[in-house]
Amino acid sequence: MTRYVMTIDLRRCVGCQTCTAACKGANATPPGIQWRRVLDIESGEFPDVRRTFLPVACMHCGDPPCEHVCPTRATTKRADGLVAIDYDLCIGCANCVMACPYDARSIVHEPRYAYGDAPMASEAARFDPARIGVSMKCTFCKDRIDHAERTGLVPGVDPEVTPACVNSCISGAMGFGNIEDPQSSVSQLLADTQHFRMHEELGTEPGVYYVWDKS
Amino acid sequence: MKPFNPRAVELAAPKQQRNWDWRAAANFICGGAGGSLLFCAAFAGLDLSATRIAVFLGLALIGCGLTCVWFEIGRPWRAMNVYRHFATSWMTREAVVALVVFATGGLALLTGSKLLLILSGACGLGFLYSQARILAANKGIPSWRHPASVPLMISTGLAEGAGFIVGIAAVFSSDPGNTLLFVLLALLAVRAWCWRRYLAGLTATGAPVAALKVLESLGPRFHTFGNGLPAVAVVAMLVGLPGRSLMSLLAGMLVVASGWFLKYTLVRRAAFTQGLAVNHLPVRGRGPSGPAAKPGWKMMPGGNRG
Repeated sequence: MTRYVMTIDLRRCVGCQTCTAACKGANATPPGIQWRRVLDIESGEFPDVRRTFLPVACMHCGDPPCEHVCPTRATTKRADGLVAIDYDLCIGCANCVMACPYDARSIVHEPRYAYGDAPMASEAARFDPARIGVSMKCTFCKDRIDHAERTGLVPGVDPEVTPACVNSCISGAMGFGNIEDPQSSVSQLLADTQHFRMHEELGTEPGVYYVWDKS
Repeated sequence: MKPFNPRAVELAAPKQQRNWDWRAAANFICGGAGGSLLFCAAFAGLDLSATRIAVFLGLALIGCGLTCVWFEIGRPWRAMNVYRHFATSWMTREAVVALVVFATGGLALLTGSKLLLILSGACGLGFLYSQARILAANKGIPSWRHPASVPLMISTGLAEGAGFIVGIAAVFSSDPGNTLLFVLLALLAVRAWCWRRYLAGLTATGAPVAALKVLESLGPRFHTFGNGLPAVAVVAMLVGLPGRSLMSLLAGMLVVASGWFLKYTLVRRAAFTQGLAVNHLPVRGRGPSGPAAKPGWKMMPGGNRG
């Protein structure tokens, strides 16, 4: 059994947004659309105030509400735990956008470019018409995960088959791997630390674990 | 849609959903009323011509709602994928029930068959139920996913259908009978109770502050114009005050308009996303962990304040 999950050590995250930029570079998302974001949360009351950096994206839930509401089976959960969208089946009804409690999905109805109506050369080269008018979100860089299947490389260990955001993290806050493998780095990190999953009370079984203290 | 560029500190807080606009709201507004109108038409006991008008109006409302939503989806020419790649979502069920509604309702319109009328009424009720479940299945919007939203959507749909029937009877038939008026009165009471139960439930379990503010501001107007005034008009008719036809029409229109405003508010104005939260603030250096942070919420699930 394989269940790929991500770990994010909130103690280490410095809010540099490198993962955001790496995701944008790897997936060529249009302006205004970020599959991965790092939120800056200010909490408490003066003088006891806190600032926390919270990286968020699709949680690749074990029981994804987006899959339940999809009217065309465009959204499916794969055997390895990744939640995927078939852009050719999606009708862009946005029901999945409403179902996701993590604000992870978005729909772009017309092409958007960084500078006006005309794309830059790099944007034109990477423009994907299949992603217009349909739901999209973080894929956990599924092409890389699929590449691991073919090559025998290990996601979370070998950079070629690890999500771009995890590779880019400058502080080692992000981890990726198979939680079903007790020897994987994510399993060992979770065994040694206290962690939570966001909005777990909604029964979505998210696949992203936030580490907040040692055990 | 206008571009939405929140500040960094606002990104975690619940935001008003911006993907379903008035066209999606129109599907719930028209579809729910239309489905319920078909159901009420099957059992109202109106004469044939008035029944035909009610069935035609019910089908037209459902068709109007579905057309609106067709114009909203990102890939309208792929809409048939709902039938080609059959899923078990409530949106799929709504689409399937719609086909049966149009088939049975259309035949009932042509033939005037009582059996087909009842069948189309049952399907209309199924359509209304599917729409209520579509909203409730969306876990990302706390004001929709609350279980009490299902009876609220159904009760307002039924009241709207009865309101339409009373209005149609006033205009196209001799007179809405007292039984019909008693049914409308009962449905208004049920709708008012469902609204109170919904709002109390949402407040108790926790919801985004902005959503509660919108819903709480709706309550008094909804009760006054949507339930109170029509109920007074119905009682006046039942005790035999003059102007029965005009009062029937006005009561029906108020019930329908208030139900539509309620649904518009629910689908658009009170539809705030879940937002993001940190269950435990991380330990940094030698300091302790901090309490949970849940921007934009009145209450954490379980009663903790965020």
